[in-house]
Amino acid sequence: MRCGVVVFPGSNCDHDVYHVLKHVLDQEVRFLWHDEPRLHGSELVVLPGGWSYGDYLRGGALAALSPVMGAVREHAERGGLVLGICNGFQVLTEAKLLPGALRPNRGQRFECRDVYLRVERADTPFTREYAAGQVLRMPIAHGEGNYEHFPYELDRLERDRLVALRYVAPDGALADEWNVNGSARAIAGLANAGGNVFGLMPHPERCAEEVLGNSDGLALFAGAVRGAAQLAGAGR
Amino acid sequence: MKARVTVYPRKEILDPQGKAIQSALARVGFRSVREVRAGKSFELDLGVDDAQQAGDLLAAMCEKLLANTVVEDYEIELLAADAS
Amino acid sequence: MSAPAEAVVDAKRAAEMGLSGEEYERLTGLLGRTPSLTELGITSALWSEHCSYKSSKVHLKNFPTSGAHVLQGPGENAGVVDVGHGWVAVFKMESHNHPSFIEPYQGAATGVGGILRDVFTMGARPIALLDSLRFGELDAPRMRSLIDGVVRGIGTYGNCVGIPTVGGETGFHRSYNGNILVNAFALGIARRERIFKARAAGVGNPILYAGSRTGRDGIHGATMASDSFDAESEKKRPTVQVGDPFTEKVLLEACLEAMRTGAIVAIQDMGAAGLTSSTFEMASRGGVGFRLDLDRVPLREPGLSAYEIMLSESQERMVIVAQRGKQEAVTRVFQRWGLEVATIGEVTAGGRAEIRRGGRIEAAMAIAPLTDQAPVYHRPAAPPADLARRQAPPEVPVPDDPGAALARLLATPELASKEWVWRQYDHTVRTSTVVGPGGDAAVLLLKGTPTGLALTSDVNPVYCGLDPRAGGRQAVAEAVRNLACVGAEPVGLTDCLNFGNPENPEIMWQLRECVLGMAEACRALAVPVVSGNVSLYNETEGRSILPTPTVAMVGVVPDLGDTPEAHFVRAGDRVILLGEDRDEHGGSAYLRWLHGIEQGRPPAVDLDAEGRLARLLRALTGQSLLHAAHDLSEGGLAVALAEATFGARVGARVAVPLGAAALFSESQARALIACSPAHADRVLEHAQRAGVPAREIGETGGDRLEIAFDGGRLEAEVAALHRTWSRALPEALGL
Repeated sequence: MRCGVVVFPGSNCDHDVYHVLKHVLDQEVRFLWHDEPRLHGSELVVLPGGWSYGDYLRGGALAALSPVMGAVREHAERGGLVLGICNGFQVLTEAKLLPGALRPNRGQRFECRDVYLRVERADTPFTREYAAGQVLRMPIAHGEGNYEHFPYELDRLERDRLVALRYVAPDGALADEWNVNGSARAIAGLANAGGNVFGLMPHPERCAEEVLGNSDGLALFAGAVRGAAQLAGAGR
Repeated sequence: MKARVTVYPRKEILDPQGKAIQSALARVGFRSVREVRAGKSFELDLGVDDAQQAGDLLAAMCEKLLANTVVEDYEIELLAADAS
Repeated sequence: MSAPAEAVVDAKRAAEMGLSGEEYERLTGLLGRTPSLTELGITSALWSEHCSYKSSKVHLKNFPTSGAHVLQGPGENAGVVDVGHGWVAVFKMESHNHPSFIEPYQGAATGVGGILRDVFTMGARPIALLDSLRFGELDAPRMRSLIDGVVRGIGTYGNCVGIPTVGGETGFHRSYNGNILVNAFALGIARRERIFKARAAGVGNPILYAGSRTGRDGIHGATMASDSFDAESEKKRPTVQVGDPFTEKVLLEACLEAMRTGAIVAIQDMGAAGLTSSTFEMASRGGVGFRLDLDRVPLREPGLSAYEIMLSESQERMVIVAQRGKQEAVTRVFQRWGLEVATIGEVTAGGRAEIRRGGRIEAAMAIAPLTDQAPVYHRPAAPPADLARRQAPPEVPVPDDPGAALARLLATPELASKEWVWRQYDHTVRTSTVVGPGGDAAVLLLKGTPTGLALTSDVNPVYCGLDPRAGGRQAVAEAVRNLACVGAEPVGLTDCLNFGNPENPEIMWQLRECVLGMAEACRALAVPVVSGNVSLYNETEGRSILPTPTVAMVGVVPDLGDTPEAHFVRAGDRVILLGEDRDEHGGSAYLRWLHGIEQGRPPAVDLDAEGRLARLLRALTGQSLLHAAHDLSEGGLAVALAEATFGARVGARVAVPLGAAALFSESQARALIACSPAHADRVLEHAQRAGVPAREIGETGGDRLEIAFDGGRLEAEVAALHRTWSRALPEALGL
């Protein structure tokens, strides 16, 4: 499986995602440079975390207009798999590949801690290895992860079942104190209607090896790799 | 032609930064303040002279980059042409 | 161009720049003429305490700096230590105290930026940061906003560059009310054969400038008091350096990539005294000279003078000596990353610096007399007159209710949870953090190996104030103990020596004694000092800070499979106390925070006992016998037990033959361990063979902490203590 990890100036989780795909899952991975509008045959494209172009305007705003994003958009429109993590999720919303926007955390501070996520949809390529209702533990590390959209759009997201992950208490129940950044409807991760574009604020790549004390995130990459392989097999 | 663009969080959206500043103002004695909205301001030298054209350009810039209209509103202000 | 170089240069102006009359005479003697303003500025920078270590040098040579693992000791941008599997660790700590007090956010941020550059300039990829912070009383003027600014500054910078901040310490004392301390540590890793040094070589090789443009940031304030600068020009002159972590991240990637071209001979970041210290130090180490054309330096605004360009402390800039004919390969890399890069001069023979601006020579001087042969002072040192009174044994009030005393101690900013601080730091980026902040030592996975790197930073300034020799020993011993709690063997340390005014004999005595104490402990415990930094003149209105020799130590955990937690992990484990309990309350947290007494001799430091304890802990960890290991420090046994119950909310019931006050004694060389009942006998046998006193004091389990002591019983709900401890700091800060 050919995987591509986009490198914007300021990306800082690019090596971490590369490590999981290459060394934990044994896939073919290459870095995709921000100012080249080419994916070099990547079947799974990952937009990693970081501060793309310094994020001095809004998280992801400048990256959304970069040359590589043109190619990512075409890939997504053809049904190809695109995963945005943290800043990558911000880039996807700024590029309108996913709905909504990510605003500064409710507490106005950067938050680095473990959160609990409930899998709302297990029928996307990214969540297929999980069970619906399963509770995952995953680290977050962001200052702007507070998901926001117009109320009627939020209703539509729910109706169309685009919400894939929600912040919950360890027992899986919705609880305001565990919605640590104040996201609308406790949204932590979203898919598009086709399920092939997926964004989340937590960092699955930081919990993909037992040596780090948590491997809840590995199945997300494993599912994506398998999903991309199936798409490729289907002769898309 | 020069212009100023101001970007604010949308009115109906909670603005935690503005709220924090408002309570800070109250703490230092400015208790009558009813609302603070914290935004960003951009000053641009547009390189065009026509006001209509400038307005169109600025609106396009705001929609494309300077503001995220999902969560932000923007205001455009054309500044008096610089004599120099 | 009308340059300020026209300004009169005399002893008065030299004094404004910080050169003494004697030093100015020495300079005119060296030159055989009156220096130009640029030459004077360069000299005052190179002969400053920061660059020359002129007051501390005679004492620093007491440190042991070599050892089996040491590849590079002090004298480079950072120390280098072999950590096995072909990898080396590159690390250093540096202070950014004064800038952080003036502008906490930018001061702390640029402190992090500077220490990261010190590490990646050596070819190492930074993988971890620590921060040792000292603040004053919370109610002191500006203190809450200083704390907030420093924490935000560190967070923003480290988080954006993508280097995890995995630990550190945060302490409070009124002596820091007017002078906070921000000591930042960075560690990087590199393959052993890929280390780069800042040693210029090769006559005719080009000197490159890369990174941000040069502005007027950070040019020393004293030099502004000059009649050649008018009010208008002063307004344009920011003296606070502003950091840009995005540029730092890009610069980091570009430098590491440029190093792989094979075209770089030497490289150094522009830190304090910017272009001056970087070029002079590189030339001095290589025994060569250089020529610079400042017209080629990328500037943020036009019209900077030679003096300003040489002294600017604009951030995120590097100087590179490239191989002649191959510099294109280097410049291409920086251009690809969107950074400024320019050839600004070349290496020359003869050991002289020649600096031009606007076609005229602004400085022409021999390099070695300014660097290697900078002034060295043997400043007088004398203990304070009231030493005996300070060290007189304190009266130790016995707590009526030790449970209440424990809760009150856990609610002090000193002992409260620092999670509010470290949750604002990304400590999981780079996916190597095995043990993050909050434990005894942080542990990082050395990817591709079973090995871990352990990091800790320690010092108890109150102990150092009461007895600097003992305090210096204690700082090193506690760091060794913290590393041993995660099974790590120390391989080297770096330090930040923060003191007051060295012209005061009492301060010089503190410095000398602390260094001697640290050196004794380093020798006894076999830990070389591989890098470090000295920060003097930490005083406000004649009031000095407590002597604060911060120690940051690096250790190696051979196999990460065995790392115990710093807290109890399951019910039914046996709790064993290692080491000897004595009634030692001098400088203790109990006396200081609950009774306002800061008096007496600090706990004795028995370096042999510390060595035995550390060896035992490493052996027990290596054999996977421990579930938990936690060292005893501030607050003594009671606080250590409470902390051990917090991590997984596992309670404990123990009994100790100690009085109520002794629960808070801070005797050294002690640790608390927990193991399964099946292993308890083996653990005790090991301890006996190792010569470490060991006593089984109880077992883990339940949701309460119960301590039976001579004449009473301390009982508390773990959840309630935990609530007190975890909420205290944000509540005290008013957040």
